[in-house]
Amino acid sequence: MGEIGDVVHSEDYIYMCSDPGQLLIRNAIREEGLEGVVVACCSPSMHETTFRKAVKSEGLNPYLCEIANIREQCSWVHRGDEELATQKAAEIIRSVLEKMRQNETLETLTMPLTKRVLVIGGGIAGITASIDLADGGYEVILVERQPSVGGRLLQLSQTFPHLDDARCILGPKRGEIANHPKIKVMRYCEVEEVKGFIGNFDVRMRHKPSYVDWDKCSACGVCLERCPVEIPSEFEMGLKARKAIYTWAPAGDSGKPVIDRGRCRHFTDENCTICEEVCPERAIDYHQQERLSEERVGAIVVATGYDLFPVEMIGEYGYGKVPDVIDGLAFERMLSPLGPTGGEIRRPSDGRIPRDVVFIQCVASRDPERYMPYCSRVCCMYTAKQAKLLKRKVPGAQPYIFFMDIRTDSKGYEQFLQQTIEEEELIYLRGRVARVFREGDKVTVWGEDTLANRKVEVHADMVVLATALVPSQGIQDLAAKLRATTDKHGFLTEAHIKLYPVESPTKGIFLAGCGQGPKDITDTVAQASATASKIQALFSQDVLFQDPLVAFVDPEICSGCGLCVHVCPYEAREMDEYRRISRVHEALCQGCGACIAACPNNACELRNSKATQVFGMIEVFEEKRKRGSVNEGTRSGN
Amino acid sequence: MTSIFITLAYLSVLAIMGLLIYVIGFTAYSLVFGKPGRGTSAKRIAAHEGGEMYSYFPGCTSHSTAVEYDLSTKAVLKTLGVELVEIDDWNCCGAAAVHSMNRFLSLCLPARNIAMAQKRDLELVVPCAGCFNMLKRAERALKTDLDARREIESTIGFTYREDLTIRALIDMVVTGIGFRRIEERVQRPLAGLKVASYYGCALVRHPKTTQLDDPENPQYLDKLMGTLGATPVEWSYKTDCCGADLALTHGAAVVKLVNKIVGMAKEAGAQCLVCSCGLCQINLEMRQDVNALGLPVFYFTELMGVAFGLKGTDWWAKHMINPSALLGSLDLR
Amino acid sequence: MKEQGAGIELPERKAGHSFIQEVQDRCGENIRLCYQCLKCTAGCPTAPYMDFNPNTIIRMIQWGLKQEVLESKAIWLCVSCEACGTRCPNEIDIGVLMDALREMSLEQGYRAREKGIVALHNAFMASIRRGGRVHEATMLMEYKLRSRDYWTDLIPGMKLFMKGKIPLFPRRINGMDSIREMYRKALKKAETKRG
Repeated sequence: MGEIGDVVHSEDYIYMCSDPGQLLIRNAIREEGLEGVVVACCSPSMHETTFRKAVKSEGLNPYLCEIANIREQCSWVHRGDEELATQKAAEIIRSVLEKMRQNETLETLTMPLTKRVLVIGGGIAGITASIDLADGGYEVILVERQPSVGGRLLQLSQTFPHLDDARCILGPKRGEIANHPKIKVMRYCEVEEVKGFIGNFDVRMRHKPSYVDWDKCSACGVCLERCPVEIPSEFEMGLKARKAIYTWAPAGDSGKPVIDRGRCRHFTDENCTICEEVCPERAIDYHQQERLSEERVGAIVVATGYDLFPVEMIGEYGYGKVPDVIDGLAFERMLSPLGPTGGEIRRPSDGRIPRDVVFIQCVASRDPERYMPYCSRVCCMYTAKQAKLLKRKVPGAQPYIFFMDIRTDSKGYEQFLQQTIEEEELIYLRGRVARVFREGDKVTVWGEDTLANRKVEVHADMVVLATALVPSQGIQDLAAKLRATTDKHGFLTEAHIKLYPVESPTKGIFLAGCGQGPKDITDTVAQASATASKIQALFSQDVLFQDPLVAFVDPEICSGCGLCVHVCPYEAREMDEYRRISRVHEALCQGCGACIAACPNNACELRNSKATQVFGMIEVFEEKRKRGSVNEGTRSGN
Repeated sequence: MTSIFITLAYLSVLAIMGLLIYVIGFTAYSLVFGKPGRGTSAKRIAAHEGGEMYSYFPGCTSHSTAVEYDLSTKAVLKTLGVELVEIDDWNCCGAAAVHSMNRFLSLCLPARNIAMAQKRDLELVVPCAGCFNMLKRAERALKTDLDARREIESTIGFTYREDLTIRALIDMVVTGIGFRRIEERVQRPLAGLKVASYYGCALVRHPKTTQLDDPENPQYLDKLMGTLGATPVEWSYKTDCCGADLALTHGAAVVKLVNKIVGMAKEAGAQCLVCSCGLCQINLEMRQDVNALGLPVFYFTELMGVAFGLKGTDWWAKHMINPSALLGSLDLR
Repeated sequence: MKEQGAGIELPERKAGHSFIQEVQDRCGENIRLCYQCLKCTAGCPTAPYMDFNPNTIIRMIQWGLKQEVLESKAIWLCVSCEACGTRCPNEIDIGVLMDALREMSLEQGYRAREKGIVALHNAFMASIRRGGRVHEATMLMEYKLRSRDYWTDLIPGMKLFMKGKIPLFPRRINGMDSIREMYRKALKKAETKRG
């Protein structure tokens, strides 16, 4: 290689990436006044940064350092063919040299950074992330679409494995966000539109009209009592009714009421004004409008949580028509002291206390053919917990639990489960349930116990289904607004399942909680704190840095056809309407090259990978072929 | 003259009849009630100077199906200067049959032996693995179950002293006597003899009861064989049950189990097996497919006798698979 | 030879004391702890010859299937080798459990489907009762008569006799009073439990 004209220095060292190796490079730059460095080694994704740093430290522009990959793309794939591989390596190096000759000196791009965070979702994930970020000194906007924050944890009774009261866990946290000077909580509010990019998101929020002036409202509850409309409560999972004017959670959770416009008789036809009349603070305002607000933030945390797969869609378990067949969250409501039954376990059909209760695990989970293929992770634990709490409330009850496997993968879980089975005399039956149907005033369950090799028929008083966790309703729309990717089940995808599990591939979007995948509270909180940590790292600088190897437009040639704008997957191209040419948004551009290929006038190029450079590289390989070399036998495609 | 002849003839007929009646009656009586009177008295074996003494529980098979075990044990221990004192008036330990039918009885029977052994201040040594297991079970119950202990003590009429040590014979040989002393006595190392050490189940399980060696990969017999100059093979069926008394009722099952065990020993390169239990030895030899396998099964004390060069110690005729040929081929006969 | 029994209907109409509690009180093993890992069955030498596997027996006890368990062959085919109890992760000693089940089966008059082994054990016990030690010849004779299995092992038996391994005459120990007292008490216990 040293024999090539403009190569004034060539060196060979076994571990160029190590400190002594880098020193060799630096010395050479200094002593010989080099204007460019080509390192022939492993893949650029390994050590390009390392070498560019070394080069930069000697005062040479880092983008005048290029890597010739002669390992992954040469020696590793041509073992056994050493002579030819060596020839190919030489060609690779020469082609990179060719490219290097036309490289420009470039500077890393900087972008401004707004150090504020938007957290979408006010469940335990969103709350945790908000507190961590606010404690770190950053302003947080927490958006929650329901009238109260708290998420699913508000609905739970006691949590495994220590049976802490859910409200005791949540209470202090809610207090903290209410009082924290750096957290702005926006209840009953949804994200309408998101524009921009990391460090510079412009978010528009829609504040839904509650028709109640929350500043005036004293939460006395009289309007709730007097409202004539009854609707099945979403919070109580249909076990109780709410009114058209309602608070999200039962009284005692200090939420303020909202009016369900779609059901309220004032708005539908009848001009009912009962609540307005009885309100002692005169807080009802039927004329409230929705309002929009705008915020600029630097990062967004998506913490939208989960729903349960609806029982109504499961035919073999009754399509939701058997009243004594309920799902896990409904049973949680029953267990809760402020719940629809005042903490007593009662059959929804006739209110009697059940004795034989069947719990079915893996309902709509682990079911690739008909429902969800994945495991919902929390059901094994919460079923055991629910069975235990059932026995505490109804000492004569007998829980029967149908399972396929028992998954207890966190600290203390296995011990909790074994102890519960032993103490509470739970009966575990291994096998999926084929059918659940009503027979008289009982519910018949047809299952199998593989361990005793028998069919089992249980005449139960009540059946609790541990249905699959699915992402919260509306996630796909939100993801589209954020330009964040989701998988086919709607869970937000992470940038790398192992190495980057709390961020989206879309820069600036961070993921916490069940919106990314089913998990328990421990993992949710851990993930939320992780997002806060990542964002704080992001905000540790005052500007954002971006690689300058992006597309650029020659304004003289560009005809303003706009093809590049449509083709760009990152929305990094836009038309400058005034000058009628296309512009590159350097911060968003990822250098994929789609616009370069699309441009009919060759007005668009990639920095340091211009067409002339690329053709030059190809010429190097062509040379050999033209000279009729021995490479006849090798496969084409280099 | 005739009257004397007739009288004599008559008397002799009477005598013959009487003799016949006596013989038949005695036989019948014995069959039903057993020989009257004599229990066993303590037998002493001439002690060498400086030897130690142990109480000895022979077990029912020591005079019957495992007689060579008993004889070889006594001969070998005599050579090592160990004196065995058979405990007074010992009874059957109960074995598998009793503990399968009645727990209380299965504790009382061995407990009586413990009571007999307590009369002397000696450690109790038990050659048969099955008897050892029963005695240890009784010991465990006496130590841990207070109610059971009171009932057993009152039934038998003794007070349990917790200081009686019950040891299996192999344990006594390996940890009580020790390899050094055994090595000193080896005249004819068992060179070239590849032996698979078979422990069976009762010797090592349940570990909480027997507390002997390792229940999954015990080493006592292996190490002993090594000390005697033989080559113990590494194999995986050391502690797999032979089927015990299922041999009488489900012969086919036991044949399968035994052939698996012996077959695996052969595959591991063994020429014979060595064991420490009468029932195991007889099952392994009797139920083996002799044509396909034909591995003799020794009691470890028999091999000790061969290695010590003891004369008159060939009980090979008593084996179901005669090991003379094997020993002869290795010049150990 | 594995059986699949008839289906179970739950809840069972349990009369008084449940079977699982009865078994647990009897043998002292905590049956409820079994989580069906099947390590016991996997290591059991006689499981292939049983009508129900050891783990299945435990399952059936957990479900209160008293009659099926106490009439099964499985409990008699267990040779108490304790491979199961040694390896059970929940320290359930199945050998001890099987002993308890056998006792219960006899006391409560269940008709075991396994006749030969019961006959053998009875003959063994009778032999000890007579003289304090087992006398093989008379014991086997009794077993053959009880089980009506005359021809098995006739030749091997003769061989053993020719080698002098089957003593002709039984012995009797001095302490027969003690033995008789043990038997009397043990059988009385069985009687009271039957009631």
